[in-house]
Amino acid sequence: MALLEIENLSVEFPTQGGIMRAVDGVSLKLEEGEVLGVVGESGSGKSVTMLALMGLVPFPGRVRADKLSFNGRDLLTISDRERRKLTGKDVAMIFQEPTTSLNPCFTIGFQLTETLRLHEGMDRRAARRRAIELLDQVGIPSAESRLSAFPHQLSGGMNQRVMIAMAIACNPKLLIADEPTTALDVTIQAQILDLLINLQKERNMALVMITHDMGVIAETAKRIMVMYAGQIMEERAAEDLFASPQHPYTSALLAALPENSKGSRLSTIPGVVPGLYDRPKGCLFSPRCAYATEHSRSVRPELRPWAGGQIRCHYPLGDSSRTARINADHPLDAEAAS
Amino acid sequence: MLRFILTRVSLIIPTFIGITLLAFFLIRLVPGDPIETMAGERGIDAARHEQLRKEFGFDKPIFVQYGVYISRVLQGDLGKSLVTQAPVWSEFKALFPATMELAICAILFALVLGLPAGMIAAIRRNSIFDHGVMGISLAGYSMPIFWWGLILILVFSVQLDLTPVSGRIDVLYYIEPVTGFLLIDSLLSGEEGAFASAVEHLILPTIVLGTVPLAVIARMTRSAMLEVLGEDYIRTAKAKGLSRYRIIVLHALRNALIPVVTVIGLQVGVLFTGAILTETIFSWPGVGKWLIDAIFRRDYPVLQGGALLLGIVVMSVNLLVDLAYGLINPRIRHNR
Ligand SMILES: Nc1ncnc2c1ncn2[C@@H]1O[C@H](COP(=O)(O)OP(=O)(O)O)[C@@H](O)[C@H]1O
Ligand SMILES: [Mg+2]
Repeated sequence: MALLEIENLSVEFPTQGGIMRAVDGVSLKLEEGEVLGVVGESGSGKSVTMLALMGLVPFPGRVRADKLSFNGRDLLTISDRERRKLTGKDVAMIFQEPTTSLNPCFTIGFQLTETLRLHEGMDRRAARRRAIELLDQVGIPSAESRLSAFPHQLSGGMNQRVMIAMAIACNPKLLIADEPTTALDVTIQAQILDLLINLQKERNMALVMITHDMGVIAETAKRIMVMYAGQIMEERAAEDLFASPQHPYTSALLAALPENSKGSRLSTIPGVVPGLYDRPKGCLFSPRCAYATEHSRSVRPELRPWAGGQIRCHYPLGDSSRTARINADHPLDAEAAS
Repeated sequence: MLRFILTRVSLIIPTFIGITLLAFFLIRLVPGDPIETMAGERGIDAARHEQLRKEFGFDKPIFVQYGVYISRVLQGDLGKSLVTQAPVWSEFKALFPATMELAICAILFALVLGLPAGMIAAIRRNSIFDHGVMGISLAGYSMPIFWWGLILILVFSVQLDLTPVSGRIDVLYYIEPVTGFLLIDSLLSGEEGAFASAVEHLILPTIVLGTVPLAVIARMTRSAMLEVLGEDYIRTAKAKGLSRYRIIVLHALRNALIPVVTVIGLQVGVLFTGAILTETIFSWPGVGKWLIDAIFRRDYPVLQGGALLLGIVVMSVNLLVDLAYGLINPRIRHNR
């Protein structure tokens, strides 16, 4: 049985302009100890997907799914009380902005021991001892003296280490890291990534690493899920995805990596992620896709099994019959199709 | 933190000069002088008037009078009341606890009702409760103290006969002042019914004086809570699996209190102004009523000394509030 099973998850936000579909039909399985990378431009629904799993979608968001189960527990029917026993213990999450994610009014020690006392029922002294161990493990020097520090006294990188210590405090089966390095200095980014990967290996916990940076994920994840406008576009083993991307969007993301840029200019994907008003009828990527056809503009592709993973595209790049089918479907950009 | 305190304390000197200037000159702008008011209806002949003016030193140029006054104040001499001949300081000392007791009760009343009301309004945003709290607090904030006091007296004292109209305690009781706070002294006295009587007398003045701070605190708590509840660290607290109660009452409220304390600090001056009016309405024997009486009698030393002492009290309370602010806001505590 998989550790995490999500089927057809959607999250909607009612707004003044209509209903904003932030997550649209996401299905996903994650095994124990597995590392999954989630990539996609900003606004593609990566964070909201994981917040839905944590039960943290902010009001007035609505979460729907055919299945949402973690470690054999059905999260759709679970009571709030039972859910709180899971969150922070078996599944934990760290966020993009470490400094604002910690409460400015309480010491690091208080915030760290709070989790231990709640979930592990430790007394003050035991929790304190364990907190020092944890700070040590996440590479915070002179851990004991840091217990009485407030978040504003530490650097962003240190605060993210504290967040990580808090997240792993109760040995979670799954850790979700939502762009954990985006807000940090470049030199610190690599350290935090290394720390996360080492902790994952040591503890064999499942890790979901969200990022909008393909480069970050390349060394980390076994499997990669590419999201766009709330949908999964492609989801495959990391090696395969990097060697032969199947979705034109994945391919474009890879081409935008600095090390893959031809010549001195970075290639970027023209256009922006569709919002509330410009959501296309057909494939959500079609307005920006070099291979769009009249068919793909009008018919939304389903998420289907492909090349050892899943893909949501009418014309996967590795499909030998794609050129013929694109031509038959009236390509909008004749040059690209040939 | 030490620098923070020092800057606050250094502000006391200019404020002190400002208060003495204002109290000294403003009252002298009012027509009439203490000799006329003492003489009253009977009047006084011009020669005698001139002689008394000389005796009190009112014939000297006004800046000389101010200089004399300031040099006496700096020696700790606030002068004597022209009416009672008692030293201003000893009158203030005797009356101030009544004002303080009223002010403390009013601010407690405002906190005890305002904090939870603002919190619940924030949590149940846009509910009937929220709209109710916001509407009532707007009304409370705009209520003139005199009008509000008279309405309450009319309803609760005159119509319903539930509460006494004036004073601090029933005339039946004589309570030896120990702390000056009647609620405490009446308990210490052991006299049966004295405490209940003191409480009864406090209810309406407390409500009248506490209404504006209550409205301000409720509104500030609500808006601070709303802001805090959207912060990242609240999401972290939820992600830790903490209970809703703990998140709101510990993680959110602790942060929301920071702006609320600032607002309470700003309310201290307003509170004492309100106390002067409230004491007048309810014949509350505190420094407020004493000052109002002094205005009518042109009792210059009482007015000058009273304003100065009240100013010092407001500044000290403000300083205490600032210290409290530093205590609940770690970012202040460490940065300064
Ligand atoms: N509280 C909210 N209310 C309305 N829309 C939201 C809210 N949170 C997120 N969204 C929308 O959902 C979409 C996906 O957001 P998000 O998951 O944060 O993207 P990502 O993490 O991939 O950058 C965005 O278009 C965003 O505007
Ligand atoms: Mg995000």
